Amino acid sequence: MLGKLNWDAVPWHEPIPMIASGTVALVILGVIAWVVLGGHLPYLWREWITSVDHKRIGVMYVLLACVMLLRGFADAVMMRSQHAVAFKAAGFLPPEHYNQIFSAHGTIMIFFGAMPFVIGLMNFVVPLQLGVRDVAFPTLNSVGFWLTATGALLVNISLVIGEFARTGWLPYPPLSETTYSPGVGVDYYLWAVQISGVGTLIGGVNIVTTILKMRAPGMGYLRMPMFCWTALASSLLIVAAFPILTATLAMLTLDRYLGFHFFTNEAGGNPMMFMNLIWAWGHPEVYILVLPAFGIFSEVISTFSSKPLFGYRSMVAATLFICIVSFTVWLHHFFTMGAGADVNAFFGIATSIIAVGTGVKVYNWLFTMYGGRIRFDTPMLWSLGFMVTFVIGGMTGVLLAVPPADFVLHNSMFLVAHFHNVIIGGVIFAAFAGLTYWFPKAFGFRLHEGWGKAAFWFTLAGFYLTFMPLYVAGLLGMTRRMQRYDFEPWHPWMIAAALGTVVIAAGVACQIIQLVVSIRQRDRLRDVTGDPWDGRSLEWATASPPPTFNFATLPNVSAEEPYWEIKQRAREQNKLRDEPEYEEIEMPRNSPTGFVCAFFATLMGFALIWQIWWLVGLGFVGAYVTFVVFAWRDVPEYIIPAHDVALLDRQNRSARKDALSTYAGPAE
Amino acid sequence: MRAGALLLRTVPVAAIGFCLGGCQHGVLDPKGPVGAAERTILLNSLAIMLAIVIPTIVATLAFAWWFRASNTRARYRPDFVYSGKVELIVWSIPTLVILFLGGVIWVGSHQLDPYRPLASDQKPLEVQVVSLDWKWLFIYPEQNVAAVNQLVVPAGRPVHFTLTSASVMNVFFVPQLGSMIYTMNGMATQLHLQADQEGEFAGRSAMFSGDGFPGMFFTVKAVPGDAFDGWVQTAQGAGAALDRAAYAQLNRKTSFDPPTTYLSVDPHLFHAIVSQELPPQPGPDQGRGGPDISPKPGG
Repeated sequence: MLGKLNWDAVPWHEPIPMIASGTVALVILGVIAWVVLGGHLPYLWREWITSVDHKRIGVMYVLLACVMLLRGFADAVMMRSQHAVAFKAAGFLPPEHYNQIFSAHGTIMIFFGAMPFVIGLMNFVVPLQLGVRDVAFPTLNSVGFWLTATGALLVNISLVIGEFARTGWLPYPPLSETTYSPGVGVDYYLWAVQISGVGTLIGGVNIVTTILKMRAPGMGYLRMPMFCWTALASSLLIVAAFPILTATLAMLTLDRYLGFHFFTNEAGGNPMMFMNLIWAWGHPEVYILVLPAFGIFSEVISTFSSKPLFGYRSMVAATLFICIVSFTVWLHHFFTMGAGADVNAFFGIATSIIAVGTGVKVYNWLFTMYGGRIRFDTPMLWSLGFMVTFVIGGMTGVLLAVPPADFVLHNSMFLVAHFHNVIIGGVIFAAFAGLTYWFPKAFGFRLHEGWGKAAFWFTLAGFYLTFMPLYVAGLLGMTRRMQRYDFEPWHPWMIAAALGTVVIAAGVACQIIQLVVSIRQRDRLRDVTGDPWDGRSLEWATASPPPTFNFATLPNVSAEEPYWEIKQRAREQNKLRDEPEYEEIEMPRNSPTGFVCAFFATLMGFALIWQIWWLVGLGFVGAYVTFVVFAWRDVPEYIIPAHDVALLDRQNRSARKDALSTYAGPAE
Repeated sequence: MRAGALLLRTVPVAAIGFCLGGCQHGVLDPKGPVGAAERTILLNSLAIMLAIVIPTIVATLAFAWWFRASNTRARYRPDFVYSGKVELIVWSIPTLVILFLGGVIWVGSHQLDPYRPLASDQKPLEVQVVSLDWKWLFIYPEQNVAAVNQLVVPAGRPVHFTLTSASVMNVFFVPQLGSMIYTMNGMATQLHLQADQEGEFAGRSAMFSGDGFPGMFFTVKAVPGDAFDGWVQTAQGAGAALDRAAYAQLNRKTSFDPPTTYLSVDPHLFHAIVSQELPPQPGPDQGRGGPDISPKPGG
């Protein structure tokens, strides 16, 4: 009846997961109780859970990402403190637990932290920057989000019921085959990533279609803001690369569930093929994450330097260059497998060629600042921190791309330091820059500057204090994923790294305080005009938060920086554009399809993990029927009357008129 | 050019000085020709890149500071958005660096290919390596002895390793000797290393292989040629023989195994493992790891 599931699946005797999951369960119950008893459920259901508004979905993606970043950070704290104490000692985490933690840390940070953050920002920003009302497929967008949430939920369920994978964030066979990992850990990994991978693919298709087919009148490709270009490149990579991940994991699933031999030791299986395939997805994945990050920095650096982006066309070229070359480098993840000198040299050179595209971008940001009037608000600080940190990470990356250097650095702590250097210094800094930059657009008030700056400085200092010692440990021959070690020279560096984690934790605390303080002081931090940073692209042309329909009338684009043009004209003539003729707007209706579908997908994923076959059938049929019901719907979308549109737009126009009358020329 | 050459020379020195004391025992303190060549490439590549990375970082901070909004002396140039000259430089600097580095990569990959024999007037010592769950087996086919978790080699003589795995993937890695290489079941990889100096060097697996992974370390003892012969004789005179039965005993999941030697070895053992005539390790019985490795409290 319940497949492999029984009471022994719960780790009753292990205090850490029990306390952790107990706390999480209490928090979740508390939140649910507050929602239900406080009567917030109808609001939540109507305005968020069933919403197909790209802005709401974007916000929910980012919220999910923030929660998962916290979870992943808790794992990181445990790993760093384990390494600080596990010198010639067992430490406080036994191997079976430690191995789950580093696997969960990587899986959560990449699939459920960084990815939803980046996709959430793309979801929120791209339609606004393109000057359109929504994404191409609003309901599908909601399905994509909820399937991602399903994956995150399954990973977290593994904390209490059963175990998570103990095979690393990419489950290399033969270790991940049933022979060596007979438990449900790898199955949790497989189904969580497969289901959320479908969500990611849906998101990618959606953004590609939106950008290719739905730009505002006059917005040619070479008038799109840089963030849209990077979102396009990233989404194209998603569409091209995620099917490889799905197929590879499906093959491993067949091995595990049906006794196939794709990657097994015996019967003609080839474990090396898994590494080949997984990195054919895995390396583009890195650029899926970092390209939108580059886009965010382009927007932020240009806005806060009060200048257009330097070398816009060059930046577009560099983005597409990286997008294409990223598919020709994956073998550098296993130079030490004995592929032969020609192959290694080819992939080493291809990898370092990517650095040309990245280098061009860094120089263009540099010249964007040149001749600017730079304001050091929090997003700009994150961007500067990024530029300094990222070139170091890029340098160590190119170092690892030199095969003879990789022969002594592969799988070492040097590698661990490198990819944290580029993912934290690149993607995470960008996520925080983007969060602070677009927060007022989403909620109508800015985040508190003081706490934001404190968070930045703690995070930056903590980052260096944590990861520079890991570089040294790697040079000392320390390899990754060791639950304990007996080698004396590593110990001081592990202690230093653990101290660094404390500093990062202070940064995390500042971010949480910043959010709380900002919400409490929201009236003081209110953004009334919709343009709090003196922005240049179209998202700043509408109110904060934007109305459901984004723009009362679709803007006509006639230049690279459409909103800056409009604003300059208004400033020169000292008046806003004439009020347009408002028309009624048709918007997509809310739909519970995504939520219901994900509910069934969760059931199905959980049942597959525990091999409860009747529930698998129920979940699959349920999810499928939900789709069919949605596809056969026969209700019209809803109409927003012209006078409602006018009402909302006039409010924003009057705020902008006030701001214009007090405008005293460009800031000194 | 001279400044560049100076930089090439001083930066490695500075890098070495930077982690003085800290870098002993690591890959920056090599004890053999492979490791030494790899260190040279590592430091040269680093120097080539630092030559543009440091100016970039300095320029970032300098531009950001000088063009701060409150600096009235800085000229505001909102129209400076394109310059062909700047674009040319911006594309050519990284391109040139990568061209240069590409040469280093091409030459280095070929010279330091792990399969390439080392130049030496001595015949290489043959060592067969098997990674087991979770220990290392070293077979000396010519001497007909074997050792677990200790590798004794003659200093100054090249060693030719042939490697496989009896279970999951591992990576054979001795940081102070140089290149690492994967060990995989059902196939054999190769590696050439040499210790120039006598001494003891730590070795370990660089590829996570399960619960007992941190116990998978071994010591490399590089000794003079006659001391090596002496060690072989000692090994031949004590311990057990590594026949199929002893191998079956050895191929059980254990970790942190003390160094041991075997007085003789089944001559076909390595081949039998590679050809899977001896099947790979069957894995744990239960989902939560072997009881010897990580006992589940109360279970």
